Amino acid sequence: MAGRDSFLLNGVRRVGATALFFGRLLMQCAPALARPRLIVSQVFNSGARSLIIIMLSGLFVGMVLGLQGYDLLQRFGSEDVLGSAAALGLLRELGPVITALLFAGRAGTSLTSEIGLMRATDQLTAMEIMAADPLRYVAAPRFLGGVIAMPLLAAIFGVIGLYGAQLIGVQMMGVDAGVFWSQTQDSVRLRDVNEGVVKSLVFGTACSLVAVYEGYNAEPTAAGVGLATTRTVVTSSVLILLLDYVLTASFL
Amino acid sequence: MQGRLSTRVSVPPTQNPRPGTATDAVVDVRDVHYAVGARPIFAGLDLRVRRGRITAIMGPSGTGKTTLLRLITGQISADRGQVLTFGQDVAQLRGREIYALRQRLGMLFQNGALLTDLDVFENVAFPVREHTDLPEPLIRKLVLTKLQAVGLRGAAELMPAELSGGMARRVALARAIVMDPEVLIYDEPFVGLDPISLGFIQRLIKQMNQALGLTSIVVSHDVGELSAIADDSYLLSAGRVAAAGAPAELRDSTSAAVRQFMTGGAEGPVAFHYPAPEYLAQLLADA
Repeated sequence: MAGRDSFLLNGVRRVGATALFFGRLLMQCAPALARPRLIVSQVFNSGARSLIIIMLSGLFVGMVLGLQGYDLLQRFGSEDVLGSAAALGLLRELGPVITALLFAGRAGTSLTSEIGLMRATDQLTAMEIMAADPLRYVAAPRFLGGVIAMPLLAAIFGVIGLYGAQLIGVQMMGVDAGVFWSQTQDSVRLRDVNEGVVKSLVFGTACSLVAVYEGYNAEPTAAGVGLATTRTVVTSSVLILLLDYVLTASFL
Repeated sequence: MQGRLSTRVSVPPTQNPRPGTATDAVVDVRDVHYAVGARPIFAGLDLRVRRGRITAIMGPSGTGKTTLLRLITGQISADRGQVLTFGQDVAQLRGREIYALRQRLGMLFQNGALLTDLDVFENVAFPVREHTDLPEPLIRKLVLTKLQAVGLRGAAELMPAELSGGMARRVALARAIVMDPEVLIYDEPFVGLDPISLGFIQRLIKQMNQALGLTSIVVSHDVGELSAIADDSYLLSAGRVAAAGAPAELRDSTSAAVRQFMTGGAEGPVAFHYPAPEYLAQLLADA
């Protein structure tokens, strides 16, 4: 009983602490914008360095979508709508969600361990002593970099995924190319694009916040940084899927 | 040469020495109590750091020397009592005020704490860029001057990972003095250095203090190195000042605890063995 109580309490405490941290972080985002160079280098770190894994995963997810979609649709004789199925699936669901999960694993962990090690080696304390707020110099640019990079990565994931679906559906299974693309064009509405963009922005914010928070508050030891990195992946992943349900429900 | 303190070597817990007057005290710690959880770190700590002098704060590991520095710089606040830095009660300061106070302080961390994503030059330039709008050529001159002072002008382009421990500490020293602080705080500056680097750091602390008119606070447990440069010294033990005075006076102390620390003796009030059940009884019980 006591164990469950403290588990619950700890959970509530962490949510509260994260929310407060989020508030303080947002206040430092405007001053951080005055140093665009720092943000650009973080977009490169979180975004450009995740490109390979995002592109490869996008291609394979799209190819699987092509195979499964074709197999399912041809049972009803409606393989012509493969294009719209793949496009909508990627745009609204798979693109943002899988990109965010990969992002948490690739960029989130590296953010957490980097900031955690800066904490462990007194770099953050040194900044505070030099009267420079580490939230502004370290946390805010990394957070903003992640928020900017995520939608871009999700868009790239979607494009490559659609190409993968086309590769299987049209080149291998023989769906007519004209039908595939015109179905895709017809079925995608602005609403669907918006859903994808909003989701990837929200996921990017959540992932970056969790990663920065965990690193910033990591216990300054080797074990502490390791634990924080693990927590980043676990918390981000659960949060992404939870938020995905909420957002999907609100868009339908 | 130096205005001698009105020092007495005294023994806790009956009396805490209070050398110095309030007027020339840059840092004034008054009856500070501080505990981490249930473990008391300080229980009635009193000490003064006087302007223009090198004050050594010594004590065995775990006596809260680093905690004291965090109190002085306002990273934490005392449970009871006051810490006055430049005459301001640190615990009362908020946000901007605390940053204004810290701009008058420089601190050298044990491991240097250089920012790993910047090279040596940018590390030293960091506080300047953060707090001033000086033109680039001026920043360059300023940084090179400070690097020259610590003998590492040639290392300006290196990354922190390429420096030895002693070099990293000298770069950190250049960074700590680049904004011309009034007080320079050294956290364990001698730990883990080879004799040559140690000599460099020791000379630099002395030179900086004289040439720049600084006030220096050196926290360390290296008695020998400290004695050579310190004007005043405090020995902390069990959350209080166990002894205060010039280093030589501490060495001549009649207190067994002070003497044990100053001479590194194995015999004395600080026991070699951590408290444990009776040896023979425990061995036989396990058999």
